[in-house]
Amino acid sequence: MTVEYEIEIMGQRLNERIKKIFGRSLHIREVDAGSCNACEVEATALSNPIYDIERFGIHIVASPRHADMLLVTGPVTRNMELALLKTYNATPSPKLVAAMGSCACNGGIFGETYATGGGVDRYIPVDVYIPGCPPRPQAVIFGIMVAVDKLSQKKTPYSETPYLNTGIKGTTRLEHEI
Amino acid sequence: MKTEYIDAIKKEFGNSILKESVSDNETYLTIKKETIVKLCDYIYSHLDLPLVLVFATDERKTDGVFKIHYVFSIDKDDAFIILNINIDEKTPVFNSITPKIAAANWYEREIQDMFGLRPAGHPDPRRLVHFEDMPAGVYPLRKDFDIRTKPPRVEGEYVYRRVEGEGVYEIPVGPVHAGVIEPGHFRFSVAGEPIINLEIRHFYTHKGVEKLFENMSMDKAVFLAERVSGDNSVAHAVAFCQAVENIAGIDIPPRAKHIRTILLELERVYNHLGDIAGIATDVAFAMGAAHANKLKEEVLQLNEKVTGSRLLRGMNAIGGVRRDIGDKKEGILLELSDVQHDFRELIEYLMSIPSLVDRIETTGRIYNDTAKGLHVVGPAARASGIDRDMRRDHPYASYRDFNFKVPLHKAGDVLARTVVRADEVCESIGIIEQALWSLPEGDIRIKSSQIPDGFSLGYTEAPRGETLYWVMTENNRIKRCKVRDPSFCNWLAIEYAVLDNIVPDFPIINKSLSLSYSGNDM
Repeated sequence: MTVEYEIEIMGQRLNERIKKIFGRSLHIREVDAGSCNACEVEATALSNPIYDIERFGIHIVASPRHADMLLVTGPVTRNMELALLKTYNATPSPKLVAAMGSCACNGGIFGETYATGGGVDRYIPVDVYIPGCPPRPQAVIFGIMVAVDKLSQKKTPYSETPYLNTGIKGTTRLEHEI
Repeated sequence: MKTEYIDAIKKEFGNSILKESVSDNETYLTIKKETIVKLCDYIYSHLDLPLVLVFATDERKTDGVFKIHYVFSIDKDDAFIILNINIDEKTPVFNSITPKIAAANWYEREIQDMFGLRPAGHPDPRRLVHFEDMPAGVYPLRKDFDIRTKPPRVEGEYVYRRVEGEGVYEIPVGPVHAGVIEPGHFRFSVAGEPIINLEIRHFYTHKGVEKLFENMSMDKAVFLAERVSGDNSVAHAVAFCQAVENIAGIDIPPRAKHIRTILLELERVYNHLGDIAGIATDVAFAMGAAHANKLKEEVLQLNEKVTGSRLLRGMNAIGGVRRDIGDKKEGILLELSDVQHDFRELIEYLMSIPSLVDRIETTGRIYNDTAKGLHVVGPAARASGIDRDMRRDHPYASYRDFNFKVPLHKAGDVLARTVVRADEVCESIGIIEQALWSLPEGDIRIKSSQIPDGFSLGYTEAPRGETLYWVMTENNRIKRCKVRDPSFCNWLAIEYAVLDNIVPDFPIINKSLSLSYSGNDM
């Protein structure tokens, strides 16, 4: 099966779901929370003429204020913590978070150190984990599809608002208004 | 390694040299602490050798001191001079060489943050790696610092350079950018459209890589090296492996050398294609960008077919490579000849679009003396008239066996950098073809279970420029691994490249320098 055929099949399925759930396109803001840039190479590839995810109704946007979903890469470095939280707070609800790549899922090879936090879900609620180092574009598209499915099931507010042990003033508690 | 430079140093500074040792092409000289500034200045100004790396080691346990090492490259003799000075823990101060050699600026600030050794006389002693919320006295690369420590956050302020005057205002950009790129902060001071000052603030992606290397087993460390700068995985892994192989005295099989060369060049091809696509995107020439991105994707898919990884990961190992690619020869040759044909057409097309060429000509100029002073490396250096390339000057893998040209341009603008990359793509494809046609028979890896204690340099010419590793081993594990990504040298050049350019041209200038944030911040 060629890559093009794989993508075509997956994209059509994704497109149907996005239409059903959003009634429009899905807007994604990518946040690099300290990745090595490999995930960015693959996230950029999603927009190249081979994958061209825009044709399935997925649009990568420049601001979190325009986004339905955050695609977060990297183990969340100490120096990116605040920027990630601010980006999350700037994203309107209901919102989805996809952790892309091994580092975002659990810290990966960088783990938890003086400089890194050991994964995105330590800081913000994550809806879908896309493993891989880096995940192939096909895997990212599949991950987005799983996340979109989750949104249709998300009818009740989060039972528990996470308390975030960041020590950053004013952002220690995040509000969810779903 | 015999070279007249060492004799010259001995003649001038003979009584300052405390110890000398030579291993392979590296000459180590221990110098009296007081004379280091004079000696570095002599090597840099009189002998005209570039300072390629400055780093520290914590050897309090064995020698009772911290050591600072200064690496100079002798390109013409394929050799390195490594000076080192001893710093006592009780007086953690050393004389800064930055006033004499601008290229030492960030290295010395990095040592200050990571080791707590203060560069006396440094013109800009602000923090570099640590942010203002890091408490004083946290020095991660000291051996007594536990990597799992979670330092609290404290109040603090980072003071930016300020430009004042009528109509001058600041534009802060980042760390989260509009595009799908890595995080970093840029602060522009502008008067109208032209940029009169740019200050970059990085280390948002600092992951403590050098600390992570410590005590790691060799095999695992190869994987970490691949993840220092994601799109330069092969260059980093090969540089690391070569350093360890030097220590162990392993000469890897010729077939492995050829395969490494092929991987290194495949990496260069897809990176350069991506950069050319980025430049087309940033001048809003969507058609050119689409073409270049398509070619890049074709190479990524070829990478996957050949190695199982789109970014060529997991191929390198200490002693050679993990996987043979000999049976894929025809496929690679066929695919690359298509890519080359399409690429030539694309470049011809891009260069025939006046609106594109107009936009990139004279934009983001880095003058030759600026590039030399900051020790700019890679395609950016070769576009500013600096004729250096590790593949030719310090040949490694099997580059000695192949014919290739090192493209050189003098203009130093975005156009020159684009043309250098375009020329390099064609040269790289040429190297891959030569390597495939002359692929030697034999093993692809020498396994070695025990690496002796020692230290050595490893180096490659990554797509972004010279990549250096200095590895020290102890009990079959890594004691210290210093990584120097090419971007660590090139980032400061952007502060000069943007001057007098307009803000909308910043993304193009940034892309044309192709800078890695992760490789810089580590």
